[in-house]
Formats: sequence, C-alpha cells, structure tokens
Amino acid sequence: MGNVAFHTATTVDEALALLGDGSDARVVAGGSDLIVQARHGKSLPGTVIAIHRIAALDHLESADGLTLGALTSHATIAADAAVRATWTALADASALVGSHATRNVGTIGGNVMNASPAMETGGPLIVLGASVTLRSAAGDREVAIEELWTGPGTTSARPGEICVAVSVPTQPANTGSAYVRLEYRRAMEIAIVGASACVTLDDNGIVTDAKIALTALAPTIIRSPGAEVAIVGSDGNDDALAAVAAGASADAKPISDLRANEDYRRAMAGVIAKRAVAVAAQRARGEEFPIPATPVFMKGSGR
Amino acid sequence: MKHAATLTINGMAYPVELDGDTTLVRAIRDDVGLTGTKEGCDDCECGACMVLIDGRPVNSCTYFALQAVGSEVTTVEGLADGETLSNLQSAFLDQGGVQCGFCTPGMLVSAHALLRENANPTEEEIRLALGGNLCRCTGYAKIASAVMQAAKASV
Ligand SMILES: Cc1cc2nc3c(=O)[nH]c(=O)nc-3n(C[C@H](O)[C@H](O)[C@H](O)COP(=O)(O)OP(=O)(O)OC[C@H]3O[C@@H](n4cnc5c(N)ncnc54)[C@H](O)[C@@H]3O)c2cc1C
Ligand code: FES
Ligand code: FES
Repeated sequence: MGNVAFHTATTVDEALALLGDGSDARVVAGGSDLIVQARHGKSLPGTVIAIHRIAALDHLESADGLTLGALTSHATIAADAAVRATWTALADASALVGSHATRNVGTIGGNVMNASPAMETGGPLIVLGASVTLRSAAGDREVAIEELWTGPGTTSARPGEICVAVSVPTQPANTGSAYVRLEYRRAMEIAIVGASACVTLDDNGIVTDAKIALTALAPTIIRSPGAEVAIVGSDGNDDALAAVAAGASADAKPISDLRANEDYRRAMAGVIAKRAVAVAAQRARGEEFPIPATPVFMKGSGR
Repeated sequence: MKHAATLTINGMAYPVELDGDTTLVRAIRDDVGLTGTKEGCDDCECGACMVLIDGRPVNSCTYFALQAVGSEVTTVEGLADGETLSNLQSAFLDQGGVQCGFCTPGMLVSAHALLRENANPTEEEIRLALGGNLCRCTGYAKIASAVMQAAKASV
C-alpha cells in the first residue's frame, strides 16, 4: 500500500466535492472489497474518501417499494421483516455474505458497485427489477441494475458518481423469489455458481411471469431467457423444472478457474437454477421456506 | 501522508498518527501497543484480527484505522474486568478451547458478540457465528462447548 490521503465525509455533497472527477480518488464504504483488492495489487488512489459516516445514506424504506440507502448493510437487509417477506431473494443473498463480521461492514452500495460476477445480491436485484441511483455534481440519474455492470469489476457509473440508493419495485400478488448458491462451505465463501428466480402465479398456480438470473456463470450476472420460457405457462411440475435446468445450462457462459471447471459449472447452473425456481414457486404459493434458501450442511458437530 | 487522529479502544482515548491506508489491526498492535489482537492471514479470511466496533464484530485487518475514528473499538483486552476473566474466557480455559492460542482472541470477540445478541445459542448457531474464525488446533469441538458453558453460566 502507498501514500494515501484519507478523508471522512459526512454528507454526499462533501464526498462528491472530494471525489472531483474521480481520476485520483475513490470512496470506501465498508472496505471489505476495496481493502482486500488493494492488498492484492490493485493500488489505492491518491485519496480515499470514507463515506460510512454519511447518515443520509443509511436507511431502508419499504412502504412503497423498497429503497435501500447505499450504506445499508447485509446484516440489516437479511434481518428486515419486509425484505424477508416481499423481496425474499435479496434476504437469501445478504444472509449468505461472508461471516457476521462481513455482513456488518459490507454494504449494498459496495456490493453492486464492486461489480463482481459472483456477488450475492446481483441476481436477486436483477430478477426483482431493481435500479440504482447514481449522484454526481450534475444531479441524480437512475440506472437499471442490468445496465450497471459492463464486465467483471466494471460499471457504467462515471468516475465522479456515487451510488446513493438501490430501489426495488413492489412485487405483484402471488409472487415469490429465491436465491440459491452452490458453495463448498457456508462462511467466507464465494459462489461457485448461483441462481435467482422470481415467479408470479395466477389463481390456478400457473406461472404467468418468471425472471431467472445466473451468478458466476458469465462475465456479469445474466438473465437466462432459456430457463424463463421453460417455466412460464407451467405449474412448476418436474418436466418444466427439467426444462429450466436445460435452459440455464445452455445460457451459461462459464469459465474454468480454481474453484470449478467449466463443465461442472455448466452442469450445476441447471441444478441450482431448478432449485431456485422451485423455492420461488413455493414462496409464491405462500408456503414457508427457510432463509437463506441455500441449506447448511453442518459437519463436525459430533452428533 | 500522516493523519493525526484519536482512536477509542476499550474506553481509552489513544492519540495516533496514521497513514491513510493503515489497517486497524496494525494501528492497534503497532501504534497503540495492544497485542492481544492477532494478524493471521491479513486477508480477511481467518478472523484472528476480530474486534468489536460499536459492539459489532469486524475484521480489523480489512478496515482502515481511520474509519474507526469516532467509534468505540473493543479488543480482547477489553473483555476481562481488570484481572478478572469474563465467564466466556474462563469457559475457554475450563473446556480446553485454547491450544496454541493464536485464534483465541478472535474467537472470544466473536463469541462475546454472539452471546450478547443471543444468550442461549444452539451449537449450530455457535458454529455459524464463529464461521469467520479459523482454528488450526482444536477441531472446534471444545471451542463450541466453551461457548455453551459460558451461555449456561450467564443465563
Ligand atoms: C471475507 C469476505 C467474504 C465475503 N463474502 C462475500 C459473499 O459471500 N458474497 C458477496 O457478494 N460478497 C462477499 N464479499 C465482498 C464484500 O463484502 C461485499 O461485496 C460488500 O457488500 C462490499 O461492501 P463494502 O461497503 O465493504 O464495499 P467497499 O469495499 O467499501 O467498496 C467496494 C467498491 O465499491 C465502491 N463503492 C462502495 N460504495 C460505493 C458507493 N456508495 N458509490 C460508489 N462506489 C462505491 C468502492 O469504491 C469500491 O470500489 C466478501 C468479502 C470478504 C472480505
Ligand atoms: S488477519 Fe484479519 S482475518 Fe485473518
Ligand atoms: S488454538 Fe491454535 S489456532 Fe486455534
């Protein structure tokens, strides 16, 4: 690490002024991505602007759609009753992030702006139709979450912009959502692959609308049109779920790395997508399913 | 670039001069001189550096020291009451939850935070709460029993 100037902003205007054109400055919220990356050779800019004391960015409102201030922590999201009831896939995701400590410091703004294709909240935000509000000296602009990510670690945000909020619309009646990840262990894990689903049912239990997204299966988190057409119009029976799996595996564009090879990722894309759709449909029918929807396989407890 | 600042640790104010990118664990150990907090991986994986910031566990290797200005930091040294160990610390001794001891400060800090939130946790809840704390010696069973013992002692 190097010779870095550090400022703590207490208002968004102050942070924007310090950020300037963003060419040699960067904001830090929780620091759980930025500091790890700095240690792994991605050098820090000349100026780091801490935004974690900006009280105006730490809020969660759920009366008319969900609005999360950029500083909302994963711990807050995972525990919030309204998020768990209505935007359940997001609760599934935040509940899986890192450890207790990571969920305390890690923020939704940092998660989306870090733009990892393996990050947890991205798939849920896509299937729930979220957008982010980016602020600069020129004012606010709203960007659909799918248009925010341009590649691994890159966004369409301009260098002088700060994410102030993430917004998720109200969901239709009889809608359920879920995020499921394939993991080798529960804590401090990165998704091998992940899948998010949001499905809406009619009064006869037929799927009228479905959005399905794949995590860690392409350079950015992507929708899976093949999985979506496979489930719409069905009642979620086994044949439809098998078609979901085939569609997700076909849409995946996985890589091989030290966590899994391409073939395994592609095969698991289908398995995990199918599970996410099944849980989302169960929740849409009003049936309880634990949060997070990824089960814990607790080993070594001695009984 | 040095920044003059004050860190509040275990209720004491420590004036320090820190680089912008100094991590909290380095400031606690090198500048303040409290060496209970350990630096294991220095990569946010092992939990040896766990401290409480305003009561919540945080990996101090992955937090800028200057981010903690204005917060109350609690390190493992802050868990005992002077020379008197907390129930949790005594339980680690009773149950043999300590071998080499390197993970112990982080385990104690995470378990302390758990017990304040949930006075009567199940073994699974304990294992999940300590999921960010690695131990290479004990195999975790005795650590889990120590936390159970402490929970029973304070219920
Ligand atoms: C041990 C460990 C485990 C983890 N596990 C997971 C996991 O399971 N799933 C997962 O998804 N992530 C995981 N992460 C990554 C990380 O914790 C999350 O992405 C977290 O939400 C990042 O938030 P932060 O506030 O700490 O980000 P920071 O590190 O503060 O910021 C990340 C990036 O976003 C930028 N940024 C932050 N806030 C804003 C803003 N408001 N406007 C503009 N730019 C901004 C920063 O400049 C930086 O480039 C893990 C990290 C660690 C260290
Ligand atoms: S030293 Fe901080 S987690 Fe290992
Ligand atoms: S006692 Fe040695 S690492 Fe835990």
